[in-house]
Formats: sequence, C-alpha cells, structure tokens
Amino acid sequence: MIDAIDSHLAILLIVLPLMAAPICVLLGNGRAAYTLALLVSILTFACSVTMLDEALEHGVIYYDLGNWHPPYGIEYRVDVFSGFVLTFVSGIGAAVLLYAPMSVRDEIPASKHYLFYATYLLCLTGLLGMCVTGDLFNVFVFLEISSLSSYALISLGKTRRAPLAAFQYLILGSIGATFILIGIGLLYQMTGALNMDEIAARVPHEDGPRTVLVAFAFLTVGLCIKMAVFPVHTWLPNAYTYAPSVVTCFIAATSTKVSVYVFVRLIYGIISPGFAFNFLPLDTELMFFSLAGIFIASTAAIYQDNIKRMLAYSSVAQVGYMLLGISLATPTGLSGGIVHMFNHALIKGGLFMVVGCFVLRLGSVQMSDWKGAGRTMPWTATAWVIGGLGLIGVPLTAGFISKWLLLTSIFEAGWWPIAVLMLVSSLLAVVYIWRVVETLFFAEPSEAAAMATEAPLRMLIPTYLLIGGTLVFGVWTTYSAGIAHAAAIALLGEAP
Amino acid sequence: MAPETLIGISLGLPLVAVVLVVLFGRMPNLRDGCSGVVAGLVFISTVWLSTTVFSGGRPQWSLGEMLPGFEIAFRVEPLGMLFALVAAGLWILTTAYAVGYMRGHHEQHQTRFFVCFAIAIFAALAAAFSANLFTLFVAYELMTISTYPLVTHHGTREACRGGRVYLGILLSTSIGLFMLAIVWTWSLAGTLDFRIGGILSEAVASGRISQTGLGILIGLFTFGIGKAALMPFHRWLPAAMVAPTPVSALLHAVAVVKVGVFSVLKICIYIFGLELLRESGVSLYLAYVAGFTLVVASLVAMTKDNLKARLAYSTIGQLAYITLGAMLATPNSVIGGGMHIAMHAVGKITLFFCAGAIYVAAHKKNISELDGLGRKMPLTFAAFLIASVSIIGLPPGGGAWSKWFLAIGTVETHQYWLTAALMVSSLLNIAYLVPIPIRAFMKSPSSSTDGETTAKSSWFSEMQEAPLLCVVPLCITAIGSVALFFAAQWIYEILLPVTESASAMMNIPGSTPGATK
Amino acid sequence: MTLETIAGLYNYWMVIFLMMTGFYIVLARKNLIKSVIGLNIFQTSVFLLYITMGKVNNGTAPIIPPAIVEAQKSAHESHAGAAAGGVAEHGAGVAEHGAGVAEHGAVVAEHGAGAAEAVHAAGDIVYSNPLPSVLMLTAIVVGIATTALALALVVRIREDYGTVDEERILELDRGE
Repeated sequence: MIDAIDSHLAILLIVLPLMAAPICVLLGNGRAAYTLALLVSILTFACSVTMLDEALEHGVIYYDLGNWHPPYGIEYRVDVFSGFVLTFVSGIGAAVLLYAPMSVRDEIPASKHYLFYATYLLCLTGLLGMCVTGDLFNVFVFLEISSLSSYALISLGKTRRAPLAAFQYLILGSIGATFILIGIGLLYQMTGALNMDEIAARVPHEDGPRTVLVAFAFLTVGLCIKMAVFPVHTWLPNAYTYAPSVVTCFIAATSTKVSVYVFVRLIYGIISPGFAFNFLPLDTELMFFSLAGIFIASTAAIYQDNIKRMLAYSSVAQVGYMLLGISLATPTGLSGGIVHMFNHALIKGGLFMVVGCFVLRLGSVQMSDWKGAGRTMPWTATAWVIGGLGLIGVPLTAGFISKWLLLTSIFEAGWWPIAVLMLVSSLLAVVYIWRVVETLFFAEPSEAAAMATEAPLRMLIPTYLLIGGTLVFGVWTTYSAGIAHAAAIALLGEAP
Repeated sequence: MAPETLIGISLGLPLVAVVLVVLFGRMPNLRDGCSGVVAGLVFISTVWLSTTVFSGGRPQWSLGEMLPGFEIAFRVEPLGMLFALVAAGLWILTTAYAVGYMRGHHEQHQTRFFVCFAIAIFAALAAAFSANLFTLFVAYELMTISTYPLVTHHGTREACRGGRVYLGILLSTSIGLFMLAIVWTWSLAGTLDFRIGGILSEAVASGRISQTGLGILIGLFTFGIGKAALMPFHRWLPAAMVAPTPVSALLHAVAVVKVGVFSVLKICIYIFGLELLRESGVSLYLAYVAGFTLVVASLVAMTKDNLKARLAYSTIGQLAYITLGAMLATPNSVIGGGMHIAMHAVGKITLFFCAGAIYVAAHKKNISELDGLGRKMPLTFAAFLIASVSIIGLPPGGGAWSKWFLAIGTVETHQYWLTAALMVSSLLNIAYLVPIPIRAFMKSPSSSTDGETTAKSSWFSEMQEAPLLCVVPLCITAIGSVALFFAAQWIYEILLPVTESASAMMNIPGSTPGATK
Repeated sequence: MTLETIAGLYNYWMVIFLMMTGFYIVLARKNLIKSVIGLNIFQTSVFLLYITMGKVNNGTAPIIPPAIVEAQKSAHESHAGAAAGGVAEHGAGVAEHGAGVAEHGAVVAEHGAGAAEAVHAAGDIVYSNPLPSVLMLTAIVVGIATTALALALVVRIREDYGTVDEERILELDRGE
C-alpha cells in the first residue's frame, strides 16, 4: 500500500489540491472548506518532503502521466532542485493556511470563505505543478492555473482598488503568459518536442537558426514579467498592497519564486548557460537589470508609507538578488540564488504575516497607524524586527547565508564592483526596515495602537514558525544551502 | 576539565543566563542573583581556561560548518584570552553595578536589559575566542544587534535618534566595508583562519594583490570595524550616550569598543601578519589617521561639559591608541595595544561607574555642576582620580605601561610625529580629566542651600554616596587599575608569544639571508 | 526574399499583424473592456501561430482514411497473433500478468504504427501535425477563463467606480 502511494507521489501532489478545490466549493461551508484545505496542504507538504528525500537519495524521480511515456505523454520529473522548491512552496502554503482563518474572517466576507479556500488550493496546485512537470506546455497550463487563481484571490481585497490591481496584474500577467506560450511554440517548431529533456537534447545551440533566439527572447521576457524583474515589475506593488493579507503572504512567498524556478530550468535545463551567457550576453543584461532593480526598488521602498507596498518593493529588489546569483552560472552563485529563493520566501512570508497581525489589530497598513504598536503588541513587533534583520542580511539570520554565498561567488567571478554595489544596496534595506522599527517602538502610540492587544496565538504561532525558520536556517544550513548546492551542481552538470 | 570543554562552558554560560533571566523575569531578586552567579561562573571558567592558554596551550573547539567552507570555530590564543578575562571579570562588576543603578533609578524593562546584556557578553567572548574571521564577523554583528536595545533602553525620541546613529554607522560600516574586506580576503587566501604570520603573504608573493590593494584592504578592515571608532566613523560613540550608564560602561569599557579594537589587532596579527605590515608599510597611513583621531578626539573632549560626552570622546581617543599600536605592527606596539585593551577597560569602566554613581546620587550630568561634590562623594571622586591617572598614563596607573610600549613602537619605526601626537594627547588627557575631581574636591558648592547644611554637619554625615552596589564595583575597578600597573610584566609575558612566534614563524621558512635582516 | 516566399508566409504575416495590433490595443487603450479585447486579439494571434506551424505542406487532416484503417486492422491482427505467441511462451513465468499485457500492448502499438507507416508510404499520404491544434484547445480554454475573469473584474470595478475608463478611475483614486 505504502509502496503504491510512494510511486505515485508526484501526481498525488497535483491531484490532491486539484480535487480538493471543487470539493471545497461543493461543501459550501467556510469552516469545512478550511479544514479540508489545511489537511490537503499538509498532505502535499508531506508528499514534497518525501519526494525531496527520495530525490536526494536516489536521484531524479520520473513519473509518466497515465503511463504514457515521453515524448507521447507528459512526464513529471522531480530532481533535487524541484523537490526543494516544492517543499518550501507547499510548506509555506500549509503554514499560511494555518495562519489564515482569523485574518480571513476579518478581511473577506463570510459568504466567500469556501470560495477563497478553493481558489487558494487551485493556486497551490498551479505553483506545485509548475515545479513538478517536465513538460514545457504543461508549465504554461499550470502557470495559468496559478495566475488565474491568484488574480481572483487578489481581487478579494477589502478596498475597491483590489479588483483594479487584480485587473492590472491580469493584463500584464496574461501578456507574460502569452509570451511564454509563443516561446514554447517556437521551440516546439524547432525541435518537435515539448518534453524539456527532449528539447534540450535537440535544440540547436551556437549556430542555430534565429527561431531559437526569438523563442528564448519571448520566454525570457514572459518569465521576467512573472518574476517581476525590475522594468516589468509594475503589477507587483499594487497587487501585493491591495490583496487580503493572507493572499499577500502566500503569493509574495511563493509565486515569484516559482517563476524564478522555471527561469532557472529554462536557462540551465533547456538553453544551456553557455548559449545564454556566452553566446548571448544575457548575464550582463540580467546583472544590469537586477542591480538597477535592487537599487531603484529599494529606494522606492524607503519612501513608502504603506507598509505592504514597502515590502512589495522590497520583493522586487530581492528578486534582483536571485537573478544576480543565477546569472553567475557558477556552483556557488547558483546555489546562492537558489537558497535566496528559499530564504526570501521564509522572510517575506513571515514579514507579511506580521503585517497581517497588525492589520487584524490596528486595521491599517499605514505607518502612521502603526506608531507605538511595539508597546502593546511586543511579540508581533519583535517578529518584525527578526524578519527585518533577515531581510537586511545580518549574521545568524537566513538572509545572511544567501547574501554571503552571493558575495563570495561574485568575488570568485572577479566582479568586485558588483559586490560593492550589492553590499551598498543591502544598506538601503536597513533604512526601510528600521523606519518601521522606530515607528513601532519609539513613536507615541497612535489611538489604535494604544488600544490594541497582542495578536491572537493562532496567528502568532505560524508567524513565529516562519520567523523562527529564518533564525534556524541562518545557523543550520544543511537543509537550505546544502540542498541548494546539490541542486546547483546537478543543474550545472546536466547542462549540455 | 579539558580546556575544550571550558571554551564551550564559557560561551554557553551567558546563554544560560539569558534563559534564567527570562524565566525569572517576574522575580527581580532571583533574576539578578542568577545574572550575578552566572557572571561569576563565567569568570571562573575563563580563569581556568587561561591557565592552559598562558602556559602555551591553544585549545580549539569547532561548532561545525555554518556554510560549506565557513566554520564556526573557536581557538583561544593569548590576546583573545586576555580580552575574555577582562570582559568576564568586568561583567561581574557591571552586573552588580547595573543592579544597583537600575533599581536606584527604577528603570523599566529590566529583564530585557539583562537579557541583552548577557547576549552582548556572549558575543564578546565568542569574538575573543574566534578561530577565523567568519566567526569573528558573526559575533561582531551579534553584538551590534544585541546592544541596540540597550542603547535605546529609555525608548524616548532622543534614544531613538541615538540608536539610529549607533546602528546606522555600525551596521553600514560592517556590512559595507568589513564584510567586503572579509570576502576579499577569502578570495585571496582561500581561507579565513587566524594564523600566526598571517594568511595573505602567499597572495602578496604571487602578486595577486598589489601594495595599493593591500593598503585598501587593511583600510577596509580598519574603517569597516566601526566599533574601533576611528575617525570619521566615531559618531556612534557619543550618540550611544543616551543609554543608561551601566550600558555606557559596558559599551565603552568592556564589550563593544573593545571588540572593535581587538578585531583590528587580531586581523593585523593573524590575517596580515606583523612582518608583512612592517615590511610593506601599507598600514602606516592608518597609523596617521589614528594619530589624528587621538589628538582631535582629546581636543573635542575638552569642549564637552556633559560628563558622559567627555568620557565618550576620551574613549575615541584611547581606542585610537590601540589602533595605532596595531598599525605600527612592531612587537612592542602590538603588546602596547593589547595591554591598553585591559588598562583602558579597567580605567574607563571606573570613570563611567563614577559618572553613573554621581547621576544616581546627585542627579548631576554636567561637569560644571560638580563643584564641591567631592566632599559628599569622596570615594567616587577618589576612584575617578585614580582611574584618570591610569587613563592619562601616569604611574601608578596601569595605562603608563601600555602608553610606554606604544611610544616605543613609534620611535622604533621612526614615526616621530606620532610620538609627538601621543605626548600631546597625554597632556590633553590631563587637561580634560584631572580638573573634574579637582573641581569636586577643591571648589565650594555653587548652590547656597547645600552650603548651609554642609557647614553644620560633620564630614562623615555629609557623605551621600550612591547605593552600595554602585560604589563597591567602582572602588574595586579603581584599585584594579592600580594593580594592573604592577601586573604589567605578567601581561607583557603572556602577550609576547603573539609577536614572538610571528617572527619565528616567518623566519623558519624564510631562512634566506634576506628575511633575517 | 522573393515575392513567392513572402506570400508563402502569409499566415505568419497575419500572426505578426494580429499580435502587434492586439499588443498595441492592450498597452494604449485606457478603456478596460478594450484592453480585454486587445488581449483576446493578442492571444488569437498565438493560436494562429501554433496552428500554422502544425500545417504540413500538402498534408491532410490527421484522420486516418477508412481504407487504411482496414489495412491496418489486418496488419494488427497478424502482429497480435505473433505477440500473443510470445506472451504465451513467457506467460507462465511472469508473475504480474497485467504488466505483461501492458508490455504486449505497447509492442502491438509500435508494430501497428510501423504497419501504418508502411501503408502511408505506399499511399503517399501526408498528415498535418495534430499536436499544436490540440495544444491550442487547451490554450483557448485558458484564454476563455482569462477573459471571463477579466470581464468579471471589470464588472466589479464598474460597480465600485461607476466607470471603466482607467484614467478616470485613477483620478477617482487620487481624489480620495
């Protein structure tokens, strides 16, 4: 029995949340839907952990959907890298659900609760599917599943700006997805295959026709929109700001990371880094845009009074760090980029949870309303401090690990001016994080803050789960940097 | 007990204190008792450890790799041991003093205060024992973060501003410069271990780093260690004066600034190697920066009326002495620098204890208000005078020896301008420190109401000293600063291996005639 | 590039024209409904692109003509007989019967395909590639879902703001 389940884990990971979503709708009851969603998300987490463990021990797991072998059928493929991303996406998915009920009750009308949980599960399905599949067209399908459900989730926000933000995201997101679709089509035209490994084996590299270049360009631009890389990040601040707190937590922690995952797969799994970085100057371009993004977005974050928006801009900047690592194409650089995906997911997820706690008690995300809240809500405020330190990259937090790896790899590559810029940019994070810290602890309490009580334990515990995680993975990196390193080696090794 | 275990115990005990203080947060007596007992135990275990280290042992203890290739590891050598002894010893006194001060002042959030205090001590010990730059950096940053709540303890606007400068300068220098320098070093040497003779000589020999590059690198280190308060990164020290006095004492005398200069010394000795620095002369420009700092800081100190601000600038000047010693890189100057860590620690903590005691007993912050106070608080001001003597560098204060060695260092390297700077600064020290106790003892009280009461009562009943827990520690440290004058020979001998083996290590492989000139 | 090749790429020119039109509408129009329409045109161009690439010169629809189905059936039967013999030989030793059958099926399928290919060569029939069209079925579904969601959002926006003009909406927001 166990064996039978064991061999079907890859598909269970997708089927469970996908099936649970319509059941949630059928249940039609917020509480029941929540219980189901929580159960399913925990099960998916268990599945991912088991698969990651298996991938670490026995190598890549292949699963042919419906027992149709590739190239006819769709193949699911879990290696260390995808297992790692799956694990933290499903883990954070479960943690956010654990955190959700009180915040959802506060921000979303009760009649829509069961729909919310159904959509949440769909979004989770899409994100996990993007990581688990080895078929390029399948990636597009799952991308659209996750995107469509996240548009819907964002539009649930309290203010009337939420639907508009969702709409703007929808337009840009669809353009991005369509670009990806064009790119996949052109690649298919060149190779006649949709399976990633097949494409990689067949795609002509150096002297290939221009079609490959065009396909690559479309895919890159499309994914950049989804990753919210600097010049095409415009959808992100609004979407994060106006979405319900729980949705922001989930999307900020996972959605862009999964797009980064697909981008890494594209570069290292399909188009070889040699083609992307030596034949094409993508590395310098990525580096330019990521650094520009880091500086501009961090500076923008400093001037925000809306804390959600501030964190959103910070997310844009942090994606820059991930791309910086990816564009290095060295084992340390790549593992720095990968581990930063994980660390940033933990940190940003935790910070947005803190924001959710404050929203519940203070009813606002404006800095002026948060004044002095550190006195009445010390635990929540402390969580902010710890998460913020992680974002800055102070030693003993997870953020330090990824920054250190990136920094050493940049030095290895001999690009020390980039290293200097990177360090200077992390000082910008000090400014925007500490603005909030000072507001929380030193300002005279605002009316709301003076009346506030500590956030409920049901929200604090998941918050501290993630925030504590940033401390744990800041000291003990076997399962973050270690796995990321293994993943990077595998990725670089398999590049043709 | 094995010395390896002792390292673990010394480091673990402050963390135990953290847990105990949190657990007993509601019971002040038990909580503060725990702090004191643990502080005592830490001191005992460091003393125990020091018997091994000073007799030539170099115990090591590795906590494992935090990242592949970057290890959290500890290795105790004499310089670190001396620093750890100073930190642990003064922690006991500071704890006792802090209990007296905080209660005498009815401060809020005492539990948080003692927790952060213990973490800061943990960080100081970890830095002292660190076996590589990576560990040192982690401990260094931990100290920055853990002392921030101490600096901003009062939670007022002023505290917030001070804290902002404090954190801003320390974090930005450490992340922007120090971290950069560490990674650069790693890319040059392939390791971050502290080794006698340095780890960069190979990179220099193979031409991977030029003389200019080496100069920039040591500049990154020295300025990046913002806690060494070399100008122009000294502003955080006066800004941190908003903290309660025990914190200032801890910050300025024991933990924070000493970690800074200790790191500078350690990096000069074990990363660059004294030989390399001496021969290339790349660090000389920093010696002049230090010389500039120590004169200017003394001049600024003279203009300050606020007692704590004056002491802060005095600290900046004294730290520059140690940096100067490190940058001159002769055996004598390095020993002088190392010795000055201890001498200045004991002296300066006394001065801060006095400042705190004056504030608790008489609520006076400014020097101009101290007239005649010496009659009410004779012990405090006597201690102040003794510590001043040590800071100035006059016998029988311990500071005399360290300054003597530093001066020898400047003469050895023929940097007579620096010798002059040292002398001028010492004169300035006299000018800004000695008038304080003189004023308190000699001048009559300015306010008339005080005068009436003093005229009627006897000398003894006039005494209005601070609480006993405040006065006893400051008397002990004052005596300590004199005792150190007589212990200088001992310190010299324990620090000698640091410099001797450096030249020995350099000479054994390089037995060519050129190397042994 | 001769006129013939340019004309021969007629479909691609249309794709590019539609793509650019749609893209321009999405970016330039401030009316939300029109953005949705632009998005649709944009997506349609991609459908065309895929379908065009699936077309093979002189290829027919990928449906096997009945005559060939007959021929294939006979070929299948003969192969099935041979394969069944093979299974019978090993069948006794094979514990998992189902697996054996599955393998058997795969073998047959391959042989069947081989037979069909042989028949094609004889009949000289070229099929268009059906896969892109199938993919587009999925993409169309996705497109419909996107459009539906977008329109639903527009309805909500219209309820809240009373307009579907983006500039007007932004003005209203600023006015708050």
